[in-house]
Amino acid sequence: MDILSASGTMKPALWRWNKVQSEKILVALAGQPNCGKSTVFNALTGASQHVANYPGVTVDKMTGWYRHNGRKVEVVDLPGSYSLTSYSPEERVSRDFILHEKPSVTVNVMDASNLKRCLYLTFQLLEMDIPVILNLNMMDVVKQRKLDIDTDKLSNRLGIAVVPTAMKQGRGKKELMEAIDKVALSEHTVRAARIEYGEMEPVIRNIMKRLSSETSLESLYPIRWLAIKLMEGDREVQRLVQENHSDFKSLLAYVEKLREDFEALYDEAPEVHIANRRYQMADDITRDCLRLPASAKRPFSDKIDGLVCHRILGPIIMIGVIWLLYYLAIVQGYNLTNYTWPVLAKLRGLVESLTPDPGFIEIPLSRAFFLWVVDSVNALLNYIPIFFILFGLIAILEDSGYMPRMAFIMDRLFSRYGLHGQSTLPMVLGGIYVGGCAVPAIMSCKGIPDERSRLATILIIPMLNCLAKVPLYVLLINIYFAAHKAWAMFFISTISLLLVLPVSKILTLTILRDKETAPFVMEMPSYHMPTIRGVVGRALERVWLFVRKITTIVVSVAVIIFMLLQFPGISKDRMAYYHGEKDKAITAFQKRIKGTGYAEGLQGDNLMALVLYWDEYISTRMTVKDEEAAAGMNASFKERNPVFFSIVQPGDDKDAKKVNKAFKGLFKERKGMLREIRKERIDNSFLGRLGKWMEPVTRWAGFHWRVNVALLSALAAKESSVATLGALYEQEEEGEALEKRMAKGEEGFTPLHALALMLFMVLYPPCLATAIAVKIQAGSARWMLFSIIYPMVLGIAVAILVFSLGSALGLSGLQAMFAFYGLALALTIFMGLYKNKLDNID
Amino acid sequence: MTLDQMKPSSEGRIKRISVKDKLGQRLMDMGVYAGLRLKVIRNAPLEDPMEIELDGYFVSLRHDEARFVEVE
Repeated sequence: MDILSASGTMKPALWRWNKVQSEKILVALAGQPNCGKSTVFNALTGASQHVANYPGVTVDKMTGWYRHNGRKVEVVDLPGSYSLTSYSPEERVSRDFILHEKPSVTVNVMDASNLKRCLYLTFQLLEMDIPVILNLNMMDVVKQRKLDIDTDKLSNRLGIAVVPTAMKQGRGKKELMEAIDKVALSEHTVRAARIEYGEMEPVIRNIMKRLSSETSLESLYPIRWLAIKLMEGDREVQRLVQENHSDFKSLLAYVEKLREDFEALYDEAPEVHIANRRYQMADDITRDCLRLPASAKRPFSDKIDGLVCHRILGPIIMIGVIWLLYYLAIVQGYNLTNYTWPVLAKLRGLVESLTPDPGFIEIPLSRAFFLWVVDSVNALLNYIPIFFILFGLIAILEDSGYMPRMAFIMDRLFSRYGLHGQSTLPMVLGGIYVGGCAVPAIMSCKGIPDERSRLATILIIPMLNCLAKVPLYVLLINIYFAAHKAWAMFFISTISLLLVLPVSKILTLTILRDKETAPFVMEMPSYHMPTIRGVVGRALERVWLFVRKITTIVVSVAVIIFMLLQFPGISKDRMAYYHGEKDKAITAFQKRIKGTGYAEGLQGDNLMALVLYWDEYISTRMTVKDEEAAAGMNASFKERNPVFFSIVQPGDDKDAKKVNKAFKGLFKERKGMLREIRKERIDNSFLGRLGKWMEPVTRWAGFHWRVNVALLSALAAKESSVATLGALYEQEEEGEALEKRMAKGEEGFTPLHALALMLFMVLYPPCLATAIAVKIQAGSARWMLFSIIYPMVLGIAVAILVFSLGSALGLSGLQAMFAFYGLALALTIFMGLYKNKLDNID
Repeated sequence: MTLDQMKPSSEGRIKRISVKDKLGQRLMDMGVYAGLRLKVIRNAPLEDPMEIELDGYFVSLRHDEARFVEVE
């Protein structure tokens, strides 16, 4: 609002448009949703784009630029809106941008095949007395439907330049750039068409008179626009008057009186009169400039909708679409990770080779640290193929126009739980079945116009099945529900929906009760064929967002957790004890090999070199698959150190055999010592202490302190839970799967424990990246805190209920699972019915 | 009659919008205004919302919202 504060010191002048003074031109793109505006934006600016936020609201500000005739042109893609009222943040930021940033040109992009309704917005832009170019986009569709638009006549009637384009095919881009230059560089003198409001004109003139004589608003805003907006009852313009007028009360009371008088006299609310006039004019111009084909066919889109929105086929198609989404992204994407994982493994190997070698029982801190970070990042980078496919498919759904159909089908169901038809996309992204990601899901909530539903959706999404929760589910199901894998997987995949709906319902009936709601009224746009460029571009953009999340947040949190697990470490006394053990083991080994030809060569550092050599030999062996490669590997190891090699592969040499056997024993002892040291370090660590400290409470949910530690580490990113469990249940033997290790390490752990743990994981608080997304989308840190605390309380409550009650009743894991499922289902149905009663009271 | 009472594939002319402020404005901005002909295309699989055709384009709205649109 710096324009307002400057007004006192500046000489009031009439509202005038900015002339281009610099080499830079600022262009705004305005248009209704589904008019192909983002295609125009992409065509104009190519890859030079940048996303930011409009101050104070959660609306994206897309900026891009291009060079034309030696000038830099900056393009701002305003949010799509049907109108320019003050009822929605999108419409408010659009008009504020135009009025405050004063772009040299505003390009009104419209769907030319929908001329009449789109002109409704054009008139509102023209009313702001700004330079406008009308961009008739989607001319290809116009041609296809055999419509005929007389662009010259349209330009004459509107009094502004009209540029027809078919941007999807790249046609008309040059002409549009030329037109932008031309309008930007000329004085804004063209008098565009103006809507006459008939009976309301004298009233508008009276308000204008009072505004210009009593305030300095005339120098800041188009005065006629202000007057019309006041007659419409626009709250924001009323506020503007209030801020700029010492006696605003009298002026606003005067306007209110005029509005009442008008309605009494003409039996029509002023805002209805204004809208009707705009439509009449749009109708008049459309009649004049548009010729329809002799026989209007039923639109193709409507024929598709006959199937897609069909009572029975509709839901089936939708389930099919969602299934395909998961199949292609999760199943096929997972297969792709078989090809990408070796790359990540190589990266780890590289880091490993760059860090200092481990000692006999001492792992250098830097080695442990870098490997920890690489492992944390790799765990997430591994998802990239899945995310790329997922985001690409979602872009196809968005561009094709299927999303509003999903909302149409799902609204009845979701609205009963305080959600919105448009919650469908975020919930699909968040993992309504298995495998989503809460970050993009929460980001996509911004499309939900209704604030209450939007907040409810944001708050429940973290409870859906994000991809990162899946490894823990799979781990636990493989160990504890191995005989009923399919049932357990079905349970965990669908239980989150049955928990999320009642929770959303409760939230909207309690703390979200007083939040603003918005009408559902939604356009069902025509279907369009998505373009490869648009789809791949969006997929890449979103994957990039995900990668950025990893490199910043996950790394920093991984570092914190590393420290919490590593420090304060093992006491000097204990370390001295381990050194003594080590010396004992080595002495025993030396004694055993005494007399062999190798004894001499395995003293001091040489022995350590053999440890590393042996270690490397084993890990290399694991990657080798066929005989031929094994022979090659043996040859290269032999070449590196023939003496060591003969110990590793003794053949028939008696001495070598003896040493081999003795060394195997030593190697195993070392492993045991390393494991014990690590275990002791974690027991001692800050995180370990925290886990133990929480045990008195979590005990009732069946969580043992080690599990607490894993859950705490999952706060960073849910993947960490499995990684931490992996670290806690040290590898006993080479290549032993975590499943086995965990089963071994947790002997008292039953399926009921696992069930409580899985349910806690379902309700688990959002990871840090998600928490930050919540803060951005909900617009406050308070919501972020709430989104962290309430699932934690809920999660522990549910886990305690299931575990304690299950134990008391002597239920098996599977029985408790079915019982809980039935309970959740009943609650969901009950909540759905409950709403109707409440709505009737309302 | 109000719009929410109309059955799929019935037609009518909009007489009046009997709601103001946000919903009234939204309906007008989406092209629902007095004098225009409309046709009910279909109800959603779960009955609500409904889809209508206005002058060549399609809009969906909840029955709760449609009851403020008077049709003749």
